[in-house]
Amino acid sequence: MQTETTYNYKVVRQFAIMAVVWGIVGMLVGVLIAAQLVWPQLNFPQLGEWFHFGRLRPLHTNAVIFAFGGSALFATSYYVVQRTCHTRLFAPGLAAFTFWGWQLVIVLAALSLPLGFTTAKEYAELEWPIDILITLVWVAYAVVFFGTIAKRQVSHIYVANWFYGAFIIAVALLHVVNSAEVPVLAAGLLTPKSYSAYAGAQDAMVQWWYGHNAVGFFLTAGFLGMMYYFVPKQAGRPVYSYRLSVVHFWALIFTYMWAGPHHLHYTALPDWTQSLGMIFSLILLAPSWGGMINGIMTLSGAWHKLRDDPILKFLIVSLSFYGMSTFEGPMMSVKTVNALSHYTDWTVGHVHSGALGWVAMVTIGSLYYLIPRLYGKVEMYSKDLVTAHFWIATIGIVLYIASMWISGVMQGLMWRATNPDGTLTYAFVEAVKASYPFWTIRVLGGLLFLTGMLVMAYNVFKTVAGAKPVDAPVLAPAHA
Amino acid sequence: MESLYILIPLSVVLVFVIGLVFWWSVKSGQFDDLQGPAYRILFEDRDEAGSGDAVPPSGKPADEEKK
Repeated sequence: MQTETTYNYKVVRQFAIMAVVWGIVGMLVGVLIAAQLVWPQLNFPQLGEWFHFGRLRPLHTNAVIFAFGGSALFATSYYVVQRTCHTRLFAPGLAAFTFWGWQLVIVLAALSLPLGFTTAKEYAELEWPIDILITLVWVAYAVVFFGTIAKRQVSHIYVANWFYGAFIIAVALLHVVNSAEVPVLAAGLLTPKSYSAYAGAQDAMVQWWYGHNAVGFFLTAGFLGMMYYFVPKQAGRPVYSYRLSVVHFWALIFTYMWAGPHHLHYTALPDWTQSLGMIFSLILLAPSWGGMINGIMTLSGAWHKLRDDPILKFLIVSLSFYGMSTFEGPMMSVKTVNALSHYTDWTVGHVHSGALGWVAMVTIGSLYYLIPRLYGKVEMYSKDLVTAHFWIATIGIVLYIASMWISGVMQGLMWRATNPDGTLTYAFVEAVKASYPFWTIRVLGGLLFLTGMLVMAYNVFKTVAGAKPVDAPVLAPAHA
Repeated sequence: MESLYILIPLSVVLVFVIGLVFWWSVKSGQFDDLQGPAYRILFEDRDEAGSGDAVPPSGKPADEEKK
């Protein structure tokens, strides 16, 4: 059954293409800063301070999380909410505003961070004028998304939309609370520089309440929404247990909010707050693994599909990494483990197991499903290139994570080693020197992952070039 | 730790709000059928590529609809 109107795919197309573009940009900066750690002359000090590691590192994190991940979340959420609600997107003008507004945020970030404007809050470095713009875009996003839910043609709200909805609301709340800041006045005029409304340990607590919940709602809930739609669609099978997916959702959002203090173990934060953070982090293992098993078991009885479907390979491997990093995370939040892992490369490896393994792989798989459909095609230009991308990316991730595990544990052990007389066995610089081989392997891993993205860009270009953008007609549900 | 005076009440309020949303969703019958929705995204939200009609019969090129 078909009705007259079509889905609004225009904004989906825009965000989907930009996700690929920003993915390449963000990962390129990542490879550059990884190389800077091995070859310091790549900081280009003779050109000025703009290419220094300290300036580019937040650019990398903002680009991959908010530009690449954010664009992918916008694209897929707009697609999924329309398809599962059997209705056209609400407020198309606002949807267009979210696209252009979000791109402006990204461009402003790419300019302001190398110039040195930063709040010095990790993953919230952007200064107050950009924070206001983010808030406006986000409110528009919420209006478009929940407006579409409100005018849905079926009474049931599919589980993916619950995850996307929680992600949108939680990120709004986190952003507003953590970005409370006071602009600096100079000669009676506002400057782009600001200071946090909180101070000292208070500020650290608010920052990591934000920081870890950003991981939980931006990098987990949002991408789980993606997973619950694209895995069943690509597999052509219903999710293993719909009941479990509903339990997964409510368990995750009821228990997430207090994991943040595990970023502040052994600091000035009160001890009980640290322990609370650790306990909530451990609890999170249960819903996370429930969701991971639910996603992977969707293929139960059809495992053969994994053999020759590279998109499913991406999706299922992403779930494996989701399972691995949601086991590793709670383990690292245990205080005794954290005493070894904190401030070492192990943390960096853990983050990339989540960011490359889970977030990027599930995004890439979903985009390979999505992009041909937005241009009236059955599949990507080359399936072999998708397969090649999968293997290049997977090898890249393994090199990245394994090297960071080894260097992280090594650093932790070297820093804590003491002589019988109580003095430190190693100077800090000795741990740095010992890390070089692993940092070199990390550059190689990152380079491979970036190469995979370039293969994807070529494949996307060949798929899209000359193809007419097609907006599919809104499908009427069998019964409302 | 004054920041906890913001964050803890915020969490408590949030849990109540989430509880309310959960209560609404149970009452309004969101979870009455915990099997059907999983199949419906496959059969009612027809996968054009899977069914071989990649370009839907009445699908208009996108640039025609923007004014």
